[in-house]
Amino acid sequence: MPLDANDLGAVWLTVKLASLTTLILLVIGTPIAWWLARTHSWLRGPIGAVVALPLVLPPTVIGFYLLIALGPHGWIGQATQALGLGSVVFSFTGLVIGSVVYSMPFVVQPLQNAFSAIGQRPLEVAATLRAGPWDTFIHVVLPLARPGFVTASILGFAHTVGEFGVVLMIGGNIPDKTRVVSVQIFDHVEAMAYPQAHWLAGVMLVFSFLVLLMLYAGRRGKSGWS
Amino acid sequence: MPSQILARLNLARGDFTLDVDLQLPGRGVSALFGHSGSGKTSCLRCLAGLERASSAYIEVNGEVWEDSAQGYFLAPHKRPVGYVFQEASLFPHLSVRGNLEFGWRRIASAERKVSLEHACDLLGIAPLLERRPSTLSGGEAQRVGIARALLSSPRLLLMDEPLAALDAPRKREILPYLERLHDELDIPVVYVSHAQDEVARLADHLVLLEQGQALASGPIGETLARLDLPLAQGEDAGVVLEGVVVGHDPHYELFDLRLTGNDGPRLRIAHPALVVGTTLRLKVQARDVSLALAADSASSILNRLPVQVREWRSTDNPAHVLVSLDAAGNTLLARITRYSADQLDLHPGQALWAQIKSVALLG
Repeated sequence: MPLDANDLGAVWLTVKLASLTTLILLVIGTPIAWWLARTHSWLRGPIGAVVALPLVLPPTVIGFYLLIALGPHGWIGQATQALGLGSVVFSFTGLVIGSVVYSMPFVVQPLQNAFSAIGQRPLEVAATLRAGPWDTFIHVVLPLARPGFVTASILGFAHTVGEFGVVLMIGGNIPDKTRVVSVQIFDHVEAMAYPQAHWLAGVMLVFSFLVLLMLYAGRRGKSGWS
Repeated sequence: MPSQILARLNLARGDFTLDVDLQLPGRGVSALFGHSGSGKTSCLRCLAGLERASSAYIEVNGEVWEDSAQGYFLAPHKRPVGYVFQEASLFPHLSVRGNLEFGWRRIASAERKVSLEHACDLLGIAPLLERRPSTLSGGEAQRVGIARALLSSPRLLLMDEPLAALDAPRKREILPYLERLHDELDIPVVYVSHAQDEVARLADHLVLLEQGQALASGPIGETLARLDLPLAQGEDAGVVLEGVVVGHDPHYELFDLRLTGNDGPRLRIAHPALVVGTTLRLKVQARDVSLALAADSASSILNRLPVQVREWRSTDNPAHVLVSLDAAGNTLLARITRYSADQLDLHPGQALWAQIKSVALLG
């Protein structure tokens, strides 16, 4: 077996982190994307920019600020301590929080585009057919935005799998707790263990290719609003 | 319960202001007629609650839907309206059946006045039920859209230029279905259109809108015949009349029609298979009516009626005048040259003969 127990532990941890992050992002990203797609408020610009920040900031910058916020003197750290959760820095929870922030734009933007593309008309049609706002969202918006949800989930998951800098800053390198695949590869390279690095890097390469293939192949048969 | 639709609407959007106070009959088809930008679609959207006017009072057959003075606004999904959009706007993720049942499922079963079978039958869409919207032609999709609106058992049906996005053959395909709705269902309809032929064919009541103001509102026959409205200015000016089929001449295949009024004037028309006793709607274009001093029987013109001159006006063409005529209680319009008017020495009360070159049967 070319991957040892540490490698497999890192793979499992990465899958767990990416799945949880994607799930959380779908839950909190949907209302944010819906609001961004439909509001005329002046806050739309500032909030949209904040959500998009991780696209341009170096991961170390995000990691640095998160470290401070999550740390024992940061406002999130104070809150978690007050709630009896202790400090979340260098823990799996901390990694999830960091990943949610870091991958946010990759979930929010596809959703926002999907919601915008639906336009006003289907909502008006639904209203004239007696559907209230929630009813309309569940029975009209969600099905029509399905391609957007698929894209958002794939991108959110894949981007979380691909993170390194944020993890290193706030998670450190604790086996089975915070040591994800990208960190494990870094360790192998540091230790000059190139064969192991090759295997793990190869797994990542194939995975990433397959994810993108799914995304681009899936885009073709897309049906829009008629 | 008063059977009428009241809509006082005041709304400003940029440099457009809508300011109308409409009283529409609570049954039959009321047309909001005007050019694009006249505010007719805004009126419709306000009635449905899709747009919120800055000040509004809306009452439909005794029920108040909106009263901004009391801060009352009934949410659009709580208003019992059916709305037919210009484009069919079917839900692409649902089959035709899914689209039709969308509104139907969302009303209490006691309120369902139109069954799926009835709506399919009225609009001829039963064979389409399992199809996806993307596989329908424009005309089919619009018929499904109309059926979908009917299946929510609306107490007011709003139609926003339902034929405007269709080509002429598709229009001809749908118009008979709209006439059946008119004849078979007792749902008041507000119909927005900028096509005079559609309005003449379908509407009982006409509201003429221009730049956010209602220039006129009244029964279709009276409103189309008014000389003081812009409708009378154009080449398409004409009147809508009602007549009963009273006889059939099998030798020449002609039908006799009697226009409304005691001892109403008679017209003879050529038309395949009319049933004696039915009431028909006719349109007589002003340009198809000429005037003569005497009943000139030596002519190929079938219909000559004794008329009295009421008044006349200039038109958009300086060579023409439009004359309003009284044919035993029925109003006719004649578009003749100003030269002819002088030759006839036109004056109010003058007795003349109107020669009607053609009569169009509107369904």
